[in-house]
Amino acid sequence: MSYATLDTSRTQRTLTGSARLLLALHLDGPLFVGLCLVGAVGTIIVFSASGSSVDYLEAQLVRFGLGLIGMIMLAQVPPRLIRTATPWIYLLGLILLVVVMVTGDVAMGAQRWLNLGIVRFQPSEMMKLAVPLACAWYLHERPLPPSALSLLLLALGIGVPTLLIAEQPDLGTALLVAASGAMVLLLAGLQVRYIASVVALLVPIAVVAWQFFLHDYQKQRVLTFLDPQSDPLGAGYHIIQSQIAIGSGGIFGKGYLNGSQAQLEFLPERSTDFVFAVIGEEWGLIGLVTVIALYMFIIGRSLYLAATAQDTFARLAAGSLSLTFCVYVFVNTGMVTGLLPVVGVPLPFISYGGTAMVTLMAGFGILMSLCAKRKLVSR
Amino acid sequence: MPSVRIKDHHAEQRLFERRAIAAAVIMVLALGAVIARLVWLQVVRYEHFVELSQGNRIKIEPIPPNRGLILDRNGLPLATNAPSYQLELTREQVEDVDETLNGLAALGLIDPADIPALKKDIGTRRSFDAVPVKLQLTEEELARFAARRHEFPGVEIRPRLTRYYPLGSTAVHAIGYVGAISEDDKKRLNIDDYAGTTLTGKTGVERAYEAELHGRTGYQQLLVNAQGRTVERIGNETATLERKEPLAGNDLFLTIDHRVQQAAEDALRGQRAAAVAIDPSNGDVIAFVSMPGFDPNLFARGLSRTEYLALTEDPDRPMYDRAVRGVYPPGSTVKPLMALAALEYGIVTPTDTRFCRGQWRMPGVRRPWRDWKPAGHGVVDMRKAIATSCDVYFYDVANLMGIDRIHDYLHQFGLGQETGIDIGGERQGILPSTEWKRTMFKRPEAQVWFPGDTISVGIGQGYMTATPLQLAHATATLAARGKRFKPRLVRAIRYAETGETRELEPVRLPDAKTKDPGAWDVAIGGMYDVANAPYGSARYYIQQEGKPSYSIAGKSGTAQVFTVAANERMRKADELAEHLRDHALFVAFAPVEDPKLAVAVIVENAPRGGSAFAAPIARRILDTYLLTPEQLAEQDAKRKAASAAQAPRTTE
Repeated sequence: MSYATLDTSRTQRTLTGSARLLLALHLDGPLFVGLCLVGAVGTIIVFSASGSSVDYLEAQLVRFGLGLIGMIMLAQVPPRLIRTATPWIYLLGLILLVVVMVTGDVAMGAQRWLNLGIVRFQPSEMMKLAVPLACAWYLHERPLPPSALSLLLLALGIGVPTLLIAEQPDLGTALLVAASGAMVLLLAGLQVRYIASVVALLVPIAVVAWQFFLHDYQKQRVLTFLDPQSDPLGAGYHIIQSQIAIGSGGIFGKGYLNGSQAQLEFLPERSTDFVFAVIGEEWGLIGLVTVIALYMFIIGRSLYLAATAQDTFARLAAGSLSLTFCVYVFVNTGMVTGLLPVVGVPLPFISYGGTAMVTLMAGFGILMSLCAKRKLVSR
Repeated sequence: MPSVRIKDHHAEQRLFERRAIAAAVIMVLALGAVIARLVWLQVVRYEHFVELSQGNRIKIEPIPPNRGLILDRNGLPLATNAPSYQLELTREQVEDVDETLNGLAALGLIDPADIPALKKDIGTRRSFDAVPVKLQLTEEELARFAARRHEFPGVEIRPRLTRYYPLGSTAVHAIGYVGAISEDDKKRLNIDDYAGTTLTGKTGVERAYEAELHGRTGYQQLLVNAQGRTVERIGNETATLERKEPLAGNDLFLTIDHRVQQAAEDALRGQRAAAVAIDPSNGDVIAFVSMPGFDPNLFARGLSRTEYLALTEDPDRPMYDRAVRGVYPPGSTVKPLMALAALEYGIVTPTDTRFCRGQWRMPGVRRPWRDWKPAGHGVVDMRKAIATSCDVYFYDVANLMGIDRIHDYLHQFGLGQETGIDIGGERQGILPSTEWKRTMFKRPEAQVWFPGDTISVGIGQGYMTATPLQLAHATATLAARGKRFKPRLVRAIRYAETGETRELEPVRLPDAKTKDPGAWDVAIGGMYDVANAPYGSARYYIQQEGKPSYSIAGKSGTAQVFTVAANERMRKADELAEHLRDHALFVAFAPVEDPKLAVAVIVENAPRGGSAFAAPIARRILDTYLLTPEQLAEQDAKRKAASAAQAPRTTE
């Protein structure tokens, strides 16, 4: 690369300096910028969605900042160490899930919290990372595509924590854990015939799950997804109100802090799971497409990083994490827009709440550790 | 398939890349579907959702109008709207509703007997609604609560406008009172107009003129959130919301003169009594008294159960409007009317005389009818018969007239029927006739009118009853020489919309007629003599505080509650149980030559007779209305001196 002029501008020098710093910290510049942009959007919209609560704004900002620091710290961990630690983390997570099932705190009808005295901790969140890492770890040394036996073991490794989490009950997280594991398998080259048969199996599995495993409120969610008007003030309320919010936002939106649906609390869970509808109401189609474009950029960049990673473990783990992130985005936006049933999945980095933020940031920290390393070396 | 596979890094890399690309494509498709959905929602169906979101956030809240004022005839406020402080409880801010209510009861702010009803009320409201638990706090209660306020989170003091009666119980039965709208009221009122209004007229003018007083409810649009909670703005947008101001109710000018009203009430305080004073020239009710009264402010502020029971179970029945609902035998106060009837039917001429021996016998009946004066009045003509209240004279003319002719003539004066006073609620009283008795009794033998029945009616006893209002109305009609006006309590309405005051036309009723106009002079002359002639039955009592500067005509009456056996007739009233004592009545009007006020006074179970007890009260009412303030002050001084002179004797 040759400089056009010797008279390098101050901006250019600063940018170069920032790039060096990012590289020194094993961070991927574009991904880092993308995440910060989404985080900024989240902080701004949560202020509005919380009814102009400065407390929410501060909390969200602090969490995002702490999340970034955590991510940067994780990015410094050598990839080898991550790989070595993976099986132990997975086992610990599994044990904690069992502990939670026996002794955990019950919050809002679900038993998912483990009270550690100072903080309450959800082992299921930990499994969102541990499951794909464990899958990648298992396949690291094995030839790909995986053998039938490997697939069986992997299915078990994914299925057990998934069922434990689904029993809490936390369908959203269970779904994400299963998806994160499945993503590893898909990226590892799972044969198309297996994919087809799993899809074929989903129908009977769904029937069995409906009959024996789903809680009433979960069944209700599916039913109201199919026909929200059947219960407009009950379970269908979320779906109807979020669609009103988005629809009434139009192309340009009602303006920041002016969304009546959100500000007047017609929209339930406006700062958490349904924050996407607030963006739609206040910033319109333009705002939503911008946010989706940002997400696509983050996912695309992550996938690119995964594809250029050095070893199988890094590729599969990073690829799975980025695709799981995509599942997050799709499930949440699909739910809020009425394409999918209501499942408690937050909009990553935008929804108010600490747990998801920590998990996601940790995921991206690991991803950067696994993938960004080489860049420094190649340079 | 080889049993042991070698890891081919390049192939795996390519495989991963293919899969990653496939995943990326799927991602683009999935998120593309979301975007397509967004276009559907935000572009295609935009109008639809805008409409839905508008409907979501605007609530219409009524703004209750200020109730019209009630003023006395000279503009003195009798019913106004005053700010008051009410105690409100918001359930969601209260930790324990039971404990809070008990705490308030312990502070004496609410009645423990009301707690179950309050709890029920609180339970049916939305959790963020402020529910009034006490409508009106006194200054003292306000201070008491303020000092302990920190102990009652979720309980707030809120100012509001409530009905206030500055003179308390004065004219309460005329003005009436307002109270919380009941289920019965909801049937009567157009409840759509009462959104946001909590009080409505229950009795008296407050009820009868509800349509004038209420006004028109306004409304305002409010921004609300999904729970119906009002919010000030949506974000930083202050929406333009419609607001229609309420229209206050119209003000009413009563015919009541509060000075006269007050004087009458002061004179009757401590009695079960009624007094009605009417302007004979237009039917204006100048004073409308039923004693004992009660404080209507109690109802506006909300009575506790205990207070309500105390009112309803008081043996003196303070809530009972004696002026229109109390029916009493009119006694001798009907004698001037009987005299007019006798002249009308040519039974006697004014100068025909009767000799009164103290009793009157009907041929074939062994038991005589006794005069109130056992010794008799001697020779009496019509005027003297009225003046001395000779029973024998009227026994005789009544007997000669017969009950149906008495009925027909007295009917012209409004007896036995509603006078049509604008507040309604009247009882008709009884003006008996043969027909009345036929329809009144079931057993055939009881339906027969006996000639003896007529004799008692001749002196206003027997079956005959009348309300104080009817007596005042009849007296006013007599004073106006037959001109009759419907009694009314409202003289003018001031419209809130235009600010103009419209005087209401007096409503003329069919005249009471006499063939000979001279008959009026005889009846009125007899009443003049009552108060002025040396033998006048009430002269002493009317003039004990000095001869009035204007001319008075009057007639006393004593209504028997309890028939005393003939040999016990002389027993002193105070030896009888109080509720068996006679009622004391007095009707009067003045000035005789140009009547400005006609009065009827009735005191239940009075300590003394009509002349002795009721006449001075009638005089005070007339004085208050007819005298200048200076003359009145002079008169008061005289009265005080007179009672002071009597005091040493009574105390010994």
